[in-house]
Amino acid sequence: MTEKIVLVNEDGIRTDGRKLSELRPIKLEVGILSNADGSAYIEQGKNKILAAVYGPREVHPRHMALPDRALLRCRYHMAPFSVEERKSPAPSRREVELSKVIREAFEPAIFLEKFPRTSIDLFIEVLQADGGTRCAGVTVASLALADAGIPMRDLIVACAAGKAGGHLVLDLNDIEDKEGEADIPVAYMPSFNAVSLLQMDGLLTIEEFQQAINLALEGCKQIYALQKEALKAKYQAIKESAEVTEEE
Amino acid sequence: MPFLYENRQIVTPGDLLAEGDYLAGFNTYKHDSKIYASRLGLVEYKGRKIDVVALNTFYIPQAGDLVIGKIVESNLHGWTVDINSPYPAILRTSEALNRPFRPQRDELSEFLDVNDLIFAKVISFDRTRDPNLTIREPDLGKIKYGQIVKVSPAKIPRIIGRKGSMIGMLKKETRCNITVGQNGLVLVSGRTREDERIAITAIKKIEEEAHTTGLTDRITEMVRKERGEVTQ
Amino acid sequence: MTSIMVSRIRRQQIAQLIADGKRLDGRGPKDYRPIQIESGIIGKAEGSARVRLGKTEVMVGVKIDIGEPFSDRPNEGVLTTNAEFVPLASPEFEAGPPGEESMELARVVDRGIRESKAIELEKLCIIPGKKVFVIFVDVYVLNHDGNLIDASTLASIAALMNTKIFKYEIKDGEVEKKPGFSPLPLRDVPISVTFASINGILVVDPWLDEEEVMDARLTIAFSKDGRICAIQKGGSGTLSPQQIIEAAHIAKEKTEELREIVVKS
Repeated sequence: MTEKIVLVNEDGIRTDGRKLSELRPIKLEVGILSNADGSAYIEQGKNKILAAVYGPREVHPRHMALPDRALLRCRYHMAPFSVEERKSPAPSRREVELSKVIREAFEPAIFLEKFPRTSIDLFIEVLQADGGTRCAGVTVASLALADAGIPMRDLIVACAAGKAGGHLVLDLNDIEDKEGEADIPVAYMPSFNAVSLLQMDGLLTIEEFQQAINLALEGCKQIYALQKEALKAKYQAIKESAEVTEEE
Repeated sequence: MPFLYENRQIVTPGDLLAEGDYLAGFNTYKHDSKIYASRLGLVEYKGRKIDVVALNTFYIPQAGDLVIGKIVESNLHGWTVDINSPYPAILRTSEALNRPFRPQRDELSEFLDVNDLIFAKVISFDRTRDPNLTIREPDLGKIKYGQIVKVSPAKIPRIIGRKGSMIGMLKKETRCNITVGQNGLVLVSGRTREDERIAITAIKKIEEEAHTTGLTDRITEMVRKERGEVTQ
Repeated sequence: MTSIMVSRIRRQQIAQLIADGKRLDGRGPKDYRPIQIESGIIGKAEGSARVRLGKTEVMVGVKIDIGEPFSDRPNEGVLTTNAEFVPLASPEFEAGPPGEESMELARVVDRGIRESKAIELEKLCIIPGKKVFVIFVDVYVLNHDGNLIDASTLASIAALMNTKIFKYEIKDGEVEKKPGFSPLPLRDVPISVTFASINGILVVDPWLDEEEVMDARLTIAFSKDGRICAIQKGGSGTLSPQQIIEAAHIAKEKTEELREIVVKS
């Protein structure tokens, strides 16, 4: 085997210079694709992910329509060039599974019952992956849904915590995800203290798990504030510039 | 507990707007005596009622709405109409013709053909069945002239303005006929292309700046500038 | 089948009973249905087991082949888990390519085995970087009456425990089979416990009717030393952080019971 990579050094600093419970830098943009009903973009560390929402719209094929609520469909997909070795564009089993759990993460948040017989289609395209893409994908998809004017109980925000180099860490990057001991992606509705996506791989004692969940939720709360800022920023800028002109 | 935001502040889904004896208005919902926002928008506290004026929505039909639609299909009983909504609308022959339809002699496409635009009224809709339209009222029917502008349905009230103030000003200043569909489609027809262009530019600007204050004055000024009638 | 469509009334009935700490089939909230495990039932497979969990029935066959290792793990054998919803198991199952449900099932079962490092994959290398043993775990759902994840995990681990690898020698860089077998090297026995949350109350081992009314599903797998090795939440509801921690404690207790049943089988 090759030499063991040092994921956390003696000063508690991680490979990318972060402290144990520090998030990667996050950049969010809302309303960037003109064709979609709602769209958003996220950069979280080296992750670059686009999300777009179409709908509510007529369901195709029609027999999939539900009589009592909207059909939510979700596709999480990684671009062939998003990772080191080219990924086949055909959806992998991992992508199928993640599409399912991401859809289930959003179902409790959206007022689907208000739009029976329609579909809401959510697309998440990972353009560059660096660990934690499902969480960043959920965070950005939530903004695309809000941008599309889809009524929601709360924004869904997601963040992972886990264990790497013997320490509990927040927001794992690619090396920490691959070489670390455990990874727990969590999606959350902060206004209701409700977890809507939860997975874990790796090995953790119950005590470590409990601490890691709390760490992930703290991360979620920080990103939630950024989500709100990003949504408001789109309109705030127009408002300010327009009203300044008026005062002139 | 007092209100948690200032009037007309931007709120996002999940924001707690007030707690206690309040009514959830537009784009809000109540959960355990707390009122939350369900859409991105501007919060408006109106006594006991709390609304959020959405910054973007899609069109859900309501009986009585006037809409602009496109014929997408004709069948035995009438037409299917795209009204820019998740729910396609139905226009029955009985709601289009002033006399009974005679299947042996009448050809539906002679009245309305695929891709024709109509100005219509929603007569019924309850989400379990598709909305029904009528064009058997004055000013309704096939659209023959003009250009269509698409805006977010959320901005339609702003384009109309308080008691029609905005639309009234626009018609007067641009000398265009402007017909507003509640479904986010606006028909502009003027005497010249230039008049129409100015009206469309103005409508787009209203859409963009709908959530700002002092808009009517700014739009008036913009139209006059475009027409070369500088006001200062 | 009564359970294809759970009526509103049935939902109320199930939820009310659960609120009183009872269940429609007489179990308590933390009780599993009766578990039956039969091992080594398919002679053609290198390992096999059939698990009955109440009326849910799952068969697992393990096949072994020689293949290439992953480039980032040149000295390790390869584990591949697949799940098949056989159409005879439920009126809801259809023949055709695997759907998201069966892919999720395969990936959750795989996660428990992989993350607990149950199989000593580093002992399955034949020629480093070139030839390793590939372990195919095929989960075959024969009758679906709820909680496929736990039934499949139990069946998979039971099958792996009776899996034999053929002996071999290397001649001119080629692998040749020799008579005789050795057992698949295992170091752990991962066990999963699945909960349904119904109106905010947790019950273990949901049967089909409960699955159809549940808000959310939560699976937690534990390794032999009492550490969590895999988690999967499913369903379109939510869980509170307190519920999740409570579930972890219950699951730890239950996995010890279930592991004993598997080891004795």
